[in-house]
Amino acid sequence: MLKAEIFVYLKKSISDPPGIAVLNSLKSLGFDSVEKVRMGKYIVVYLNENDIEKAKEQVKLMCEKLLCNPVMEEYKFNISEE
Amino acid sequence: MKFGVVVFPGSNCDSDCFHVIKDVINEDVEYIWHGSGEKLTGFDCIILPGGFSYGDYLRAGAIARFSKVMPRIEEFAQNGGLVIGICNGFQILTESHLLPGALIRNKNLKFICSDQYVKVVNPDTPFTNLYKEGEVINLPIAHGEGNYVVDEETLKQMIQNQQIVLQYCDKYGNVNEGTNPNGSILNIAGICNKEKNVFGLMPHPERSSEKILGCEDGNRVFLSIVNYLKSR
Repeated sequence: MLKAEIFVYLKKSISDPPGIAVLNSLKSLGFDSVEKVRMGKYIVVYLNENDIEKAKEQVKLMCEKLLCNPVMEEYKFNISEE
Repeated sequence: MKFGVVVFPGSNCDSDCFHVIKDVINEDVEYIWHGSGEKLTGFDCIILPGGFSYGDYLRAGAIARFSKVMPRIEEFAQNGGLVIGICNGFQILTESHLLPGALIRNKNLKFICSDQYVKVVNPDTPFTNLYKEGEVINLPIAHGEGNYVVDEETLKQMIQNQQIVLQYCDKYGNVNEGTNPNGSILNIAGICNKEKNVFGLMPHPERSSEKILGCEDGNRVFLSIVNYLKSR
């Protein structure tokens, strides 16, 4: 069994309203050093697969087809043995 | 002429659209279940209504976009059929790349439910031909993710091709940051594809199509479709 941890986040050029809200909240709590906050999604997919290369290909396809909208989002992922 | 209203699990404006077509503008209309993969023959216009499609928890419209009905709608649109997506229907159309861009969370993070003035930028479409250029109309909005985003290059092309159909404004037609309810780029409320046969908008014209609802401004979206189909 392999575990893919997928991070989907908005492209740098897209404004991130939830990120701005959290930034303002952190600042109001006194965390003055916080410059920027970006929010994203963390998705874990378990695969019945032992070949890491095959799993990478599959996860890439999953991201490009469904998990990420390439118009506004980017993604990265890590694969490890569960 | 015949309209089809697609029903996804979670759609809640399907009955409103059905009612407007059947009882207000008196045209033939049929529901289409999202899981139906049947060819869309005999229809002149397909409506993707608002509400919430299942799978919005990933992104609005992301999973609905892979419903069996969607390849049939793509086929229908490619053959010149008219497709209109309202609110969640608009989000599904962008997810399925029938319209450019995407819709993200409203700038103020709030679900907005209010009346909104909207300017008709392009009356030269099958969906807006009964409005005047620059006309200000009043349509209700009800959405949490209506903040339209698109890359600069695509936006330039959209402007060139006159794909921006509706913009949020005030009652005098002023389009600026102060008259933008959700942070949408260029105050965009509705767009069409290059060919002008696919239209998506966040406001709900079906909710302002009868006097009893307090406003009839949305009615002409549906009457424009009829007008276009009759004159074709």
